[in-house]
Amino acid sequence: MSGFKTNNKVVSWLDQRLPIFSMMQHSAIEYPTPRNLNYWWNFGSLAGFVLVVMVLTGIFLVMNYSSHTSLAFDSVERIMRDVNYGWLIRYLHMNGASMFFILVYIHMFRNLYYGSYKAPREVLWWVGIIIFLAMMGTAFMGYVLPWGQMSFWGATVITNLFSAFPIVGEPIRTLLWGGFSVDNPTLNRFFSLHYLLPFVIFALVFVHVWALHTVKSNNPLGIEIKTPADSIPFHPYYTIKDLFGIGVFLMFFLSFVFWGPNFFGEPDNYIPANPMQTPPHIVPEWYFLPFYAILRAFTQDIWVISAKLQGVVAMFSAIIILFFLPWLDTSKVRSAKFRPLYRQFFWLFLVDCLVLGYVGGKPAEGMLITIGQIATAYYFGHFLVIMPLLGKIEKPKALPASISAPVLKEKA
Amino acid sequence: MRKLILSALIATGLAGASSAALAATGGEPLMKSEFSFNGFFGHYDQAQLKRGFELYHQVCSNCHNLRLVAYRNLADVGLTADEIKAVAAERDIDDVPNDEGIVSKRQGRPSDKYIGPFANEKAAAAANGGAAPPDLSLMAKARVGGPNYIYSLMLGFADAPEHHVVPEGKYFNKYFPGGNISMPPQLMDDLVTYTDGTKATPEQMAKDISAFLNWAAEPELDARKSLGLKVMVFLGIFTALLYALKRQIWKNIH
Repeated sequence: MSGFKTNNKVVSWLDQRLPIFSMMQHSAIEYPTPRNLNYWWNFGSLAGFVLVVMVLTGIFLVMNYSSHTSLAFDSVERIMRDVNYGWLIRYLHMNGASMFFILVYIHMFRNLYYGSYKAPREVLWWVGIIIFLAMMGTAFMGYVLPWGQMSFWGATVITNLFSAFPIVGEPIRTLLWGGFSVDNPTLNRFFSLHYLLPFVIFALVFVHVWALHTVKSNNPLGIEIKTPADSIPFHPYYTIKDLFGIGVFLMFFLSFVFWGPNFFGEPDNYIPANPMQTPPHIVPEWYFLPFYAILRAFTQDIWVISAKLQGVVAMFSAIIILFFLPWLDTSKVRSAKFRPLYRQFFWLFLVDCLVLGYVGGKPAEGMLITIGQIATAYYFGHFLVIMPLLGKIEKPKALPASISAPVLKEKA
Repeated sequence: MRKLILSALIATGLAGASSAALAATGGEPLMKSEFSFNGFFGHYDQAQLKRGFELYHQVCSNCHNLRLVAYRNLADVGLTADEIKAVAAERDIDDVPNDEGIVSKRQGRPSDKYIGPFANEKAAAAANGGAAPPDLSLMAKARVGGPNYIYSLMLGFADAPEHHVVPEGKYFNKYFPGGNISMPPQLMDDLVTYTDGTKATPEQMAKDISAFLNWAAEPELDARKSLGLKVMVFLGIFTALLYALKRQIWKNIH
């Protein structure tokens, strides 16, 4: 390991047996980082910060939560009313989930814009998608725990999706339920998994950072670090920049916690779960809405393939397709800064995702069904048609010689 | 910096689009009332909570419970310890079995949660034409519009439009999903006599009960908003310092 020196005998003794100080020196202090990262590169560390907040608040919530159908709702209300600062811990956790998705979505779109998924960062990107999937599972199961109306009916709708698969579908659903409907066994296994998965996410984040430190950060120019002038040490430059980012983010996050704690939530979830009464309009949490819209875009049975199965397959494909993006994108140039055509299609794709999110939150009726179908087709078209073609027909702008070249030129 | 603000805007836009999408409900658009607890510096008006409590205590509590609120919590509303004891003692609940295993009744205590007007849900439904009056502990959070929904509903009783059929035992209310509500109109002039001398007009009572029920649903609101202010002042200064430090450290890089 590089340049770690100390006069402290204890530190030196430990470091020779477990090179924890050398590793920190190497990975958190000296780690060479492109000098030109903009603020969009803050969102990875911000997401890591929120993960820690979620785990910490979650641990304290569990101390006061009961995972039984007859107790869950009231135990959450007890946290809100009688536990010291329970309302703060719960609102941090509740809004933290939404924040986590906001940050990760921005992190992913940053990645799409600057082509960070391209060689040699494919595995880094894959691990990121797996983290995203684990987050979705964790968030979905967490939403079930308060055992309100939306918890129960959301769980019912989503677990029922698995029954669309032929042969294996029904057994999978029974396994998820632990019985023949969403009930106490479901709540208990979801609670168990909701506690487990964040630690899996932690491990995945470690792998994500490991892969990152192997291939190094991409940057707004999308060209590799070539000379020492291109990079700066992570500390103090990016530690302070990330800390400043955390300060700004905390103000955004806490303004919801203190002044609009239920902004992202559903009023229906303050009604205790009632299996005998279906809410008029079942919607998942906002961060699932684009995928929910894709699920519902399929309305016609084709031969023996039910519309439901098509929707479920499409919904899963919408994420699976991201794994293939490094090869679907045929352009050699990473950053959209030098890709005049892709830059426009990037924004179109972002708008398409917002449209899908809007449609997903509305009842499926009238024009919205058609809009949802067009937006779904465009979603897949973007990856399967536009991305491969763009690389062939687009004439990218000239890349700068190095990361430091434009900076030094500006100075002169 | 500009990009960060942009990202925040995009994020709120994302969230805004979804929650606007969720806001749709039956009935007319709600009336909006001014509440002391709205806004950045909002806090409960204790005199109003007390009036709301008096109305709940004398009228609403005959059918609706507040099962998540404990009698001791009424100190927030401005009741004295003796008054709280008296309110709690008005209803009886099952005591623990005595040494012979016999269960007898005892009076409610300040440490008890509110004891409902009916023995159980079935009894509540049977006494009210088949529909149990809902618990009100979380009503201000469990409906789109919150306190404005309660306020509108209380004042929303009207003659049904011509084509609209109101079944036997139901009443027309403009703001209730579907229009037909089992609860009869409640608010009429001087339904209660407020101890602080405020004139009990329907408008006044609707406002007071909405505030009281919002307190029942969000008793932490005062503590939440005042802590929020302190946290924001701290974060504002702290973040500004971090930014200054960042500029200082990056001085030679740019």
